[in-house]
Amino acid sequence: MATLTSNPTVRRRRPTPLLRGVVRTPYYVLTGGLAVLFLFPLLWTTVASVSPRAGTAQSEGFGFANYVTLANYQAGIWTYLYNSAFVSLLTVALTLLISGLGGYAFARFSFPGKDALFMVTLAILMVPYATLLIPLYVLLTRVGLQNSLVGVALVLTMFQLPFSIFMMRVSFESVPKELDEAALVDGCSSFAVLWRVLLPAVKPGLITVGLFAFLAAWNDFMAPLILINDSNRMTLPLAIANLRVQVQGIVDYGATEAGVVILALPCCILFLLLQRHYVRGFMSGALKG
Amino acid sequence: MIARLQGARQRPATGTLLPHQKGSSMSAPTAAIRAGATRRTAGASRASRRKSWRGFGYALPNALFVIGLFVLPLLLVLQMSASRWPLLSGNQGWNFPANFTKAVTHRLFADSVVFTLKYTLLATVLLILIGLGLGLLVQESSRWKGFLRTSILLPSALGLASASLLFYVLYSPIAGPFAETMQSLGISFLGTPTMALLSTTFLIVWRYAGFYMLLMLVGLQGIPSDVFEAARTDGASVWQTFRHITLPLLKPTLALTTVMCVTGSLLAFEQFYILTKGGPDNSTITVVQLIYSVAFQGQNDLGVAGALSVIALIALVVINAVQLRAFAKDKDE
Repeated sequence: MATLTSNPTVRRRRPTPLLRGVVRTPYYVLTGGLAVLFLFPLLWTTVASVSPRAGTAQSEGFGFANYVTLANYQAGIWTYLYNSAFVSLLTVALTLLISGLGGYAFARFSFPGKDALFMVTLAILMVPYATLLIPLYVLLTRVGLQNSLVGVALVLTMFQLPFSIFMMRVSFESVPKELDEAALVDGCSSFAVLWRVLLPAVKPGLITVGLFAFLAAWNDFMAPLILINDSNRMTLPLAIANLRVQVQGIVDYGATEAGVVILALPCCILFLLLQRHYVRGFMSGALKG
Repeated sequence: MIARLQGARQRPATGTLLPHQKGSSMSAPTAAIRAGATRRTAGASRASRRKSWRGFGYALPNALFVIGLFVLPLLLVLQMSASRWPLLSGNQGWNFPANFTKAVTHRLFADSVVFTLKYTLLATVLLILIGLGLGLLVQESSRWKGFLRTSILLPSALGLASASLLFYVLYSPIAGPFAETMQSLGISFLGTPTMALLSTTFLIVWRYAGFYMLLMLVGLQGIPSDVFEAARTDGASVWQTFRHITLPLLKPTLALTTVMCVTGSLLAFEQFYILTKGGPDNSTITVVQLIYSVAFQGQNDLGVAGALSVIALIALVVINAVQLRAFAKDKDE
């Protein structure tokens, strides 16, 4: 969070004399409690997933039996992991490609229908997700992409476009025009300008867009719920959610915990590694509330 | 509409928070290069025409996605809402306005609308207040506050479905960490309609508080620091500063966050689908859940689901327009 903390004006603006001295200890107790409140659910689930509990695979002692249950669940965890990874990576690739080219077009060119296209892209945000998924189910069935992971990735990419196009347009616009004009004078094609000159300059924007696309696709529940009916093609969140209603309504809480850990782990790691880019995404108006 | 709000927010935020974007206003050396650029305008007419088609080419993938996967489905849902359209046999021809009549007379329609509004009010008030409180709390920079920010923000990296599954176990009367305590108190997290609503709202606050904290932080950092210094010189108290300076200047941020929160809450689905499955006694069915169940669970009626979708879409646009107007009016006064 370097970008947030390194703002000297904030520190000067609000000196914290109150917090010094006697008031300090209760303050730390209070805010520490707050941190615990936010971290507790994740920590508890992680510990509980390897802890003993009657009625789960891990009935005695600590170990990874719940994860073994999960590994052998229906088509096997690897199938679902593969499905989720496939959808997520395809969504990231498509989002980067479309918003990289589109952001360049919106920031550097004028063409017929430019403003209309930009507005319609942003209008995606105003339309309820479910409202679109039902007709998308019908449309994708017509072109043979219903019950297909590619279809899910296409839909998820479309939902990423308002944020990504907006973000990439702002990123390209913040690069001084003189940079590509100089390259054009040197005889570069407009594509070479994009590839060699501008892409390195907008890399932070691309990382943010890619990160958000990954998190959205990896975690999405509703699109695969509606579009996928073959249990071998389910993504991880769907498979874990179905785990609960498996055997005669008896919930395997241990395996569910293990599943939540597997679902959350890549998100938490990416978040901690790329926090700066994550925060920047919110700054430019993260849109999915 | 959201775009306009963002545009307004974007600028102050850019200065303080996006150091890599600061270069957008270059000064001294650019004048010379600009002079060079104007010299080239002679052959510009052909070049710019070519340029316009090139720009179109770069935007083409975006246009194809938006048309194929957004505009077309939107038109299709309009057609569905006015047609007899069973899930399995497909379009059976126009029947307007039968689907809309069926939609508003559905036995769960009124309940789901009331519940969705109730949940939206509760979630929005809590998230805005808590987000603002947290934003003010972690505003200054220190190592400890950085840690606080990271802890509060971490849940927002989780998917809503993952978070719901996590709380499904936490709230469980069998496996949850509070199972015994709750049992001895005779309470169940999801047992009664009120408890189910409160428990689900708690999950949402846990998942989204960091998100709103961050948006509030952006707003707070967008307020020029000399305003606060002037207030301090005039001897304003902490409360006076907050009431008469921070709050009014934060209005655009509050407008944006409120609109986002209301939109998100009105469209709630996963949290209730996973946590309560609409129960107990269908008391926690949201509008989107109703749409989903009409389309794919039992009734399998895409026509009525389409009509419900169109109603939801119009309601959302109207509610957002009313909110933005209210905020704009407030600003003028």
